[in-house]
Amino acid sequence: MLSNSVIQLIAFFLIVTAISVPLGLYMARVFSNERTFLDPVLSPIEKLIYKLCGINPGIEMGWAGYAVSMLAFSLISMIFLYALQRLQYYLPLNPQGLAGVPPGLAFNTAASFVTNTNWQAYSGEQTLSYLTQMVGLTSHNFLSAAAGIAMAAAVIRGFARRSAKTIGNFWVDLTRATLWVLIPISLIFAVILVWQGVPDNFSPYVNAKTIEGASQTIAEGPVASQEIIKELGTNGGGFMSANSAHPYENPTPLTNLIEMLAIFSIGAGLTHTFGKMVGDRRQGWALFAVMSILFFAGATPAIWAEQRGNPQFSAIGIDQHASATQSGGNMEGKEVRFGITDSALFATVTTDTSCGAVNAMHDSFTPLGGMVPMVNMQLGEVIFGGAGSGLYGIIVMAVLAVFIAGLMVGRTPEYLGKKIEAREMKLAMLYVLIFPTVILIPTALATVLPAGLSGISNPGPHGFSQILYAYTEAGANNGSAFGGINANVPFYNVSIAIVMLLGRFMMAIPALAIAGSVAAKKSTAASAGTFPTDGIPFVFLLIGVIVIVGALTFFCAVALGPIVEQLLMMSGKLF
Amino acid sequence: MRNFITALVATTVLTVLTGIVYPLAVWGIAQTIFPAQAGGSLIVAGNKVVGSSLIGQNFSSPRYFQGRPSAAGDKGYDAANSSGSNLGPTNKALIDAVKLRLKSFIESNPAANPRQVPVDLVTASGSGLDPEISPAAAGLQVVRVAHARGISEDQVRQLIAENTRPRSAGIFGEPGVNVLLLNLALDRVAGSHGGATPGT
Repeated sequence: MLSNSVIQLIAFFLIVTAISVPLGLYMARVFSNERTFLDPVLSPIEKLIYKLCGINPGIEMGWAGYAVSMLAFSLISMIFLYALQRLQYYLPLNPQGLAGVPPGLAFNTAASFVTNTNWQAYSGEQTLSYLTQMVGLTSHNFLSAAAGIAMAAAVIRGFARRSAKTIGNFWVDLTRATLWVLIPISLIFAVILVWQGVPDNFSPYVNAKTIEGASQTIAEGPVASQEIIKELGTNGGGFMSANSAHPYENPTPLTNLIEMLAIFSIGAGLTHTFGKMVGDRRQGWALFAVMSILFFAGATPAIWAEQRGNPQFSAIGIDQHASATQSGGNMEGKEVRFGITDSALFATVTTDTSCGAVNAMHDSFTPLGGMVPMVNMQLGEVIFGGAGSGLYGIIVMAVLAVFIAGLMVGRTPEYLGKKIEAREMKLAMLYVLIFPTVILIPTALATVLPAGLSGISNPGPHGFSQILYAYTEAGANNGSAFGGINANVPFYNVSIAIVMLLGRFMMAIPALAIAGSVAAKKSTAASAGTFPTDGIPFVFLLIGVIVIVGALTFFCAVALGPIVEQLLMMSGKLF
Repeated sequence: MRNFITALVATTVLTVLTGIVYPLAVWGIAQTIFPAQAGGSLIVAGNKVVGSSLIGQNFSSPRYFQGRPSAAGDKGYDAANSSGSNLGPTNKALIDAVKLRLKSFIESNPAANPRQVPVDLVTASGSGLDPEISPAAAGLQVVRVAHARGISEDQVRQLIAENTRPRSAGIFGEPGVNVLLLNLALDRVAGSHGGATPGT
């Protein structure tokens, strides 16, 4: 790798680490109902919300009640978003007079935003009015992320409490995540994005007369306010079709850095929230270490593969060598201001988490470069992960890891003083099995059904990669794409929407159930037979479990797509 | 049922907060502090909007620097339809398109070394609206533009330098030359017969 690539990678990681600690400890205060410096401003708003909604913040819920509230909220907000899209033609703030969104696409988009996936079957500037963008999508960016953070807080409480019947109040966690975490950070950084050039207006699209006399219509809109929460909430659905590759969404390397930091910050911070709330900061650092190592394991080959470029370009005589005056490498689908390093790094960051924003077209990555985002998602979105979902995801994997360690030494496994027994293991296995099921079965169907095959835009093994990527991102609630696939057809709109819903809720519910189950347990004191979960052996055991579970389930599929394509590309084969 | 009523009211209240109050607050602050950026960084010349400094345009005349190939819209640089090509690395259509672009660039820039054509000049950007090219891609077009305008190559190089954005903080991103701003600067140079030649 180039020295600048190494410097950028390390600088980025150091800033993430530096942000994660104070943010994580702050979130621990927010979800333990302790005083914070924002209370004077936010507490009155909080009380007003509880009053309007008839919520008694003092009443806590068991895991089932928590899950039912979360599902009810998701269902209502999904119906709301569906209706808003269908009716946008008749509503204000639609200067382009865009028509109502067709039913299949509206269903897909509603499912996509309520599950924090934010897959773009729609093309923002061509499909959605400013009202739909703002009241529909921006609000869902906040609320689906807040719901994820709320569930993480609930799962943490499950491990932190002893002999408890409840794990928190969903409405309180939802409100506090929105008010104390998401809105203040978004407000500040949205303005910084505007300073760098991200627009925020309600003007009709601008008609420019170019200096060569042609006309150019430039899409506008309230972009900045949605842009920052798109990253901070690991949502990823772009205001514009080209997402963060669009110069209006991501105009400079500085905005690119802010967006990448926003994507990682909550997932990284929650590891420290976890450590703080369970009363042992080292437990949080252990999870942070696992995530960090897996992050570097993805970022390094992605940057390397993209910098190496496309051998076919070199064969024609194109100059792909990096120098002081050009980034070189595989620049198809990438922007000059980001070059190779920032594009490959963004691709890694956005798929380590369940964000799915893109600043370069993953479909045009080299096979190995494109395999990194795919594998990141297949590891279960636990590398910092989605806002909230990453933390409860890695806790489930940690439960699995201590179980395996327990089998090896012949002791009852424990995690954070809680005995891991048959019920927790069944739920953890459910969590682990649902994920590949909702991804691989639809992938297999789409590769044999004409309706699935007709969506492929790149021939050869890359076509299979497009389908595999589409269902992987849906199951992982990521939302990035091998964008060439023609997914805005009934078959994909409906099947991907269903996979997104299953991937979100069928995994969140077992995680909450585990939390409820361990909350009820007594805490056992650590003994000589306890496997410590805050040390280096545990870090590598957990990495091993994540990688082996991911590899066992997905290796065959990945071999048929990116791996075979890489081999064929090296031998000069085109399709 | 109680849950659903709470959900209904909570959805409404939180949607108003995050979907109306928050975006309007950002909009109000943005329009007050950074009106030019909030409005889309538009460039106005003689009461007409000629484009946005952040959005690339098509350039075909030899008197202008040319940007990157674009997959946005049918003719490229459609700023209401941003898109990459999404062509895969082993797609013959990609390699054929790159070959064609290379050939056409060498033909219109006979002075340029055909082995030095940088990759960004023959590949489509992610947005289809990339406003920039690499400094290497600009350097290869200097002779053509200087010749077409009857100005010195040094003058053109000077303008490139003035319109080159370095890495942020010396580390992040890659340097780039803003093609639209560079071409506008060229049109302002005395002796280069300012004003646009109609597109072909």
